[in-house]
Amino acid sequence: MNIELILSLLAAAIQSGTPILYATLGEILTERAGILNLGVEGMMMAGALGAFLTAHYTGSPVMGFVAGGVAAAVLAALHGTVCLVFLGNQVVSGLALTILGTSLTSYLGTPYVGQTAPGFTPFPVPLLSTLPIAGPVLFSHDLLVYASYVLPLVMWGFFRFTRWGLNIRAAGENPDAVSAAGLPVSAYRWAGVLVGGFFVGLGGAYLSLAYTHLWAKGLSAGRGWIAVALVIFAFWHPGRAAIGAYLFGGVMAFQLRLQALGANLPSSLLLMLPYGLTVLVLVASSFRRLGAEAPAVLGITLEPPD
Amino acid sequence: MFGLMIKRRQVPGRWSTCLVFSGAVLLSLGIGALLLALQGKPPLSGMLLIFKGAFGSAWALEDCLVKAVPIFLCSLGVAVAFRLQVWNIGAEGQFALGAVGATGVALCFPEYPKGVLLPGMLAAALLAGGAWGLIPGLLKIGLRANEIIVTLMLNYIGILFLDFLVYGPWKDPVSYGFPMTREFTPGAVVGMIGGTRINWGILLCVAFGIMFWVFFRFSRFGYELKAAGENPRAARYAGLPFGRLIVFVLVAGGGLAGTAGFLEVSANLNRLQPSIVVGYGYTAIVVAWLARLNPLAIAVASYLLAGLRVGVELIQLDLQVPAAFGGILEGLILLTILAAGFFHQYRIIPRSAP
Repeated sequence: MNIELILSLLAAAIQSGTPILYATLGEILTERAGILNLGVEGMMMAGALGAFLTAHYTGSPVMGFVAGGVAAAVLAALHGTVCLVFLGNQVVSGLALTILGTSLTSYLGTPYVGQTAPGFTPFPVPLLSTLPIAGPVLFSHDLLVYASYVLPLVMWGFFRFTRWGLNIRAAGENPDAVSAAGLPVSAYRWAGVLVGGFFVGLGGAYLSLAYTHLWAKGLSAGRGWIAVALVIFAFWHPGRAAIGAYLFGGVMAFQLRLQALGANLPSSLLLMLPYGLTVLVLVASSFRRLGAEAPAVLGITLEPPD
Repeated sequence: MFGLMIKRRQVPGRWSTCLVFSGAVLLSLGIGALLLALQGKPPLSGMLLIFKGAFGSAWALEDCLVKAVPIFLCSLGVAVAFRLQVWNIGAEGQFALGAVGATGVALCFPEYPKGVLLPGMLAAALLAGGAWGLIPGLLKIGLRANEIIVTLMLNYIGILFLDFLVYGPWKDPVSYGFPMTREFTPGAVVGMIGGTRINWGILLCVAFGIMFWVFFRFSRFGYELKAAGENPRAARYAGLPFGRLIVFVLVAGGGLAGTAGFLEVSANLNRLQPSIVVGYGYTAIVVAWLARLNPLAIAVASYLLAGLRVGVELIQLDLQVPAAFGGILEGLILLTILAAGFFHQYRIIPRSAP
């Protein structure tokens, strides 16, 4: 294997890891507030379609990107309504959201299959992109990739240093204490659900606007579920999420390259790689150190005060 | 808030629950009609057409029953696990593995008579489906791996494995490139009842349904399982064997879904091909939840959601509505019913009341 090939593989790993990273960060935000949302796969698809349609009709990729986030946040609002207003089971509601999201996008997107939308094109960073190794691998992508470099840092700072970040974490760890302090628990949980959903949608938007530039059925192909697994792998920390997402990006890119090179393996076996790796990653996450547990009330419905 | 408060019901409401649940279903169907209108299809007649397509003729009613069989078995399988609050969403992959196991036996021993071959295929389907449930079970109790994600990933892997077999080693050499196995020999085919399109496998449904009920009603293990699901903390203190229960529900669920795969491949398709996997495993989750994990209600809900599939097939042909429309309704119904469950458990009363 020559160096050119390795560099292009690493660059592809970053690119295919980016949508997973956005989705994982979104789910981390939601789960930190104590709400389990298994609808990530459906929300990613909603984000992808919302972004595609908006860019297709307005011609503006930036508006498309934002619309993708909003579309997923609307689905997340359904989850919030079922779980926070009507106290429904979070696991089942999330599954329903995935069924609804994947079907709805397949239904609404049918007339657009194979059509294109203006998307994001690579924008090499001046100076940085001329660096050896780091240049082609890290700094020759589109703007959304660069934004995703900053996002884990911003989120880490948000949780660590801001009052809102602390309160959202507290809503997921000890909601009674939050109420006792006179703070609105459900407002923080709603914020986690909606903003988290928005980020998941950005991941979906990346798929249709930067990864493919066209609409196809089943675009997310399980990436949403991989993101849910990565949240556990990341121990709910934004920084570790980036490591996990690029690891998966690498495997997906590697698998695609092997297929393109006409490797002597059936494609169905190669396609298993990311899913098998997800199981391995989960198993690896079980050897966790202290303080790497899930938020204490994650997925638990809070009873209304009697 | 607004002078109202939420109070937990001592006894679940009955009439109000019925009312709210029907309201929830109507709301879902209403949104469905709206979506039809959005794509320029006639909303009302479209929804009526679904109903007619599903239940409007003897042929359709029969078709619903054919599709209800796999949904029922998969749903029973996930319901066993849900009773323990173990989230098995792997019925789709376990179904695929069951079909693969049964096909393996059918292809290896084509010359055997029905009396030997069919039990062999059933056993293989139970084993293969059960093994696909055993993996998440062992990973959960041994390494605390989240069963939701493991079962879901095994769906993808199981279906890709099925693809691998029918595109590769098991491909019929004379299929003109189509991904499918050879047609089964007569000994490997579960027959139809009389002149209908309903196969004898429906007896397996009845048998498994009764076993499910008897197991939870009369067996000690079943009682423990129910107790552990309803109050995990108390059950832990009582020293119930959680690990064994978890593995049991996942393996049993896998076996049930595997049986569905066996019946589908043996009775309805007579060969293995990728089109066997059509999402019954996910519909099964909707069914199990709608039926509140009760076996008789699962039978009814399986039939109704099978009807939804059959009805959507009709408007797919008549109105060119994408097949995903059925999935939209399933998702909406599940969401609204979940929300409606609130009124089953709580009531809203004026704040002044005691």
